Amino acid sequence: MLKERLIQYLLLALALTAVLSLAVITVFILREGLPVLIEFGPIRFLTRSEWAPTQGQFGILAMVVGSLWVTLGALLVGVPLGVAVAVFVTDYSPPLLAQVLRPAVQLLAGVPSVIYGFIGLKILVPLIRDSMGGAGLSVLAGALVLGIMVLPSVIAVSEDSIRAVPQLYRDGALALGATHWQSLWRVVLPAAKSGIVASIVLGMGRAVGETMAVIMVVGNSLQLPSSPLEAATTLTSNIGLEMAYASGAHRQALFATGIVLFAFIMLLNLVASAFRRRTIRA
Amino acid sequence: MPPVEVAVKADRAGRRAVLMLLMGLATGCGPVASSAGGGISVAGSTSVQPFAELLAEEYAREHPTAPVVNIQGGGSTAGIEAALTGAADVGMSSRELKDSELAQGLVSQPIAYDAIVVVVHPDNPVAALTSEEVRRIFAGEVDNWSQLGGGDDRITLVVREEGSGTRGAFDELMMGDTRVSARALRQDSNGAVRVIVNSDRNAIGYMSLGIVGDFVKPVPLDGVTPTVEASMAGDYFLVRPFLFTWLGELSAPAQRFVDYCLTAEAQAILGLEGLIPVEGA
Amino acid sequence: MPEERRSEGKPTRRRLGGLNARNTNVLAGGFVWLAALGTLAILVFIIVYVLWQGLPHVSWEFLTGTPTSMGRTGGIGPMIVSTVALSFLSVLIAFPVGVATAIYLTEYTREGTLTRIIRFGTEALAGVPSIIFGLFGFVFFVIYLGFGWSLLSGALTLAVMILPTIVRTSEEAILTVPKAYREVSYSLGASRWQMVTTVVLPAALPGIATGVVLGLGRTVGETAAVILTAGAALHMPTSLFSPARSMAVHFYVLAREGISDSNAWATGAVLLVTILFTNVIINRLLLRAMKRQAAR
Repeated sequence: MLKERLIQYLLLALALTAVLSLAVITVFILREGLPVLIEFGPIRFLTRSEWAPTQGQFGILAMVVGSLWVTLGALLVGVPLGVAVAVFVTDYSPPLLAQVLRPAVQLLAGVPSVIYGFIGLKILVPLIRDSMGGAGLSVLAGALVLGIMVLPSVIAVSEDSIRAVPQLYRDGALALGATHWQSLWRVVLPAAKSGIVASIVLGMGRAVGETMAVIMVVGNSLQLPSSPLEAATTLTSNIGLEMAYASGAHRQALFATGIVLFAFIMLLNLVASAFRRRTIRA
Repeated sequence: MPPVEVAVKADRAGRRAVLMLLMGLATGCGPVASSAGGGISVAGSTSVQPFAELLAEEYAREHPTAPVVNIQGGGSTAGIEAALTGAADVGMSSRELKDSELAQGLVSQPIAYDAIVVVVHPDNPVAALTSEEVRRIFAGEVDNWSQLGGGDDRITLVVREEGSGTRGAFDELMMGDTRVSARALRQDSNGAVRVIVNSDRNAIGYMSLGIVGDFVKPVPLDGVTPTVEASMAGDYFLVRPFLFTWLGELSAPAQRFVDYCLTAEAQAILGLEGLIPVEGA
Repeated sequence: MPEERRSEGKPTRRRLGGLNARNTNVLAGGFVWLAALGTLAILVFIIVYVLWQGLPHVSWEFLTGTPTSMGRTGGIGPMIVSTVALSFLSVLIAFPVGVATAIYLTEYTREGTLTRIIRFGTEALAGVPSIIFGLFGFVFFVIYLGFGWSLLSGALTLAVMILPTIVRTSEEAILTVPKAYREVSYSLGASRWQMVTTVVLPAALPGIATGVVLGLGRTVGETAAVILTAGAALHMPTSLFSPARSMAVHFYVLAREGISDSNAWATGAVLLVTILFTNVIINRLLLRAMKRQAAR
């Protein structure tokens, strides 16, 4: 029937919106950032640490390093915590507590990033400054705040994959005399490995992409941080910081930074998806 | 009508408008898609912004039928660009216009002058600094307060980000050819700088005289205490203009607002806030 | 407790202290419990702290008044209106597109290259960080299409952001509708579209609604993308093309520039209460969806 056909094509057109949007995003970000990237040279862009955009110096090494440090820290905080909570919900928790924990984690994910940032600024930063030295605004502050922010993602994906491990595995291990923990550590978690790796990569993507909370606590200095107590800049915080004031080549350089960020996160998400697909098959 | 009553009436009207809008949105009839015409748009330097906001509020109080003055940030460079492209009626800048910008037909009108003050935490024992010392501090050569008579603490440098008019002025007037240290913590507004210097004992930064208040301690430079008087007398050298800029001719409503900003009354308001009035206003 | 024999092929080692299996078990269990309770504690702390700092400053005047002195005094009336406008507009745009995508993927086509492309697009979009959306929205809606900093630019950008969420949850919801429903509908002579609109969608409604509310919640808290597309002007938006400052943006500006800590926390409290409220709605909807499933 003609009407059905029309409806089908209309639905198809709407369904392609997501892909189309992605394409437009890519095109426009490239359009703005590629000229500077090419002119300055992508290698120089990525490996030089001198960022003085009003004088034509566009090296983002300091931000790349900053992002890596902060992300690593966030994973060190968020992954063990997140996997532990996932294990708790699946294998340790009394059912009532699990019912409380799940919406609680969802809520944690819903808290706006600017609130995380401000709490970090008001509580974490002075804490670090007074107890460990430095300015407080630091890689450590960023890592702690981000670590908590990636928790919900890590928990959700890990939980899925741990749950997917057949009960048989656990029972088998216990029947062989393993303790509860041994059955988890030596049998279940290794079986859920791909899912947990997926959650780590996903968490990494979230951490690298977070902007507002990081701007408020990481200090935004242009040095290559040599300790977690020193300040740093991340790719995202630099864009967020300077975007409002930038024009001309400066603005294009920020878009070029955006290209690097975009590419890196897309890569991470692809890797995460690949690992996730492996769990479902398992 | 006395200003207080006007303010109260405006507030009540505003609240009524909020309620109506909320109801309107709830029932499905709300804001109509039409371009927001009729207002005067002023955009640019975030240093100038709070003072422009203040003047806009006063202007609205005195001329309640005049079109609304919309003030937006974005930085001096963005403001100048907005004036050039017509995206804004008036651009705000906290630095002098470059020759290239003037060449494109921009007119600039200073509405005040602003002293840039080097500030430290209120409890910081350092009483005064020379320009040379400040230069070396911000370059990172001097990095411990003990080298300046304070305790053995690492100096926390706080600066503005590139593109900011305040930074531009500071770099040009104070730093000259010396580069600012990469260790410096960059912030995107005077307010953010103030927050850090106010909470970190070891911090040093710079900002508008107008917003120093009680939050941070201003540091005398080369023996000169940064005040409005010292700046007017020419003794304090770290001064930059707050400009309104536009392309060619201003529309009548916009011109009226700019004229208002140059009246003695408006200048007095700015003076109270710590800005330096324009000569012969 | 007697020593246990391990069937590992190793000689049995009896250690009552140190890292033997039993102690590790207890320690690990303790760590896991600590992690769970700690996470709960963090959430409770955040909520309590924000509400404790902010609620005392929230009043009817605050909620309906306009900000003065750049927000140091006055209220957040325009911000609330802006937030409501942005969120509802973005959902208005994303909802039909998202549900249509889900319907297409589940009812109108088989798995193949086309569906893989659509799914790839949706998943990829889900992973794009908000600052990139902000950059995109700025350069595409604000500048290229000439909408300027406006509710429209902001809503369009947010709509693209929440699209994947709506697609995902709608698809899940539609897939849980039993085949039997569809078969009965067909046997009664319904066309595919009729079947979808009269049978599948109503049945999948709680799940779809969950996705919509999830998306809504996300738009309320979003800052980076909004600040670059809807601007940060303090005035009440009067049309789709007016710039608008959402609550989250207002909170960010007040907090970061130290304009007013009390007003910042108050704004934050209102923000958090809104999020809590939407989460409660989500959980209720989810419960309803699950009950419906159980009732079958």
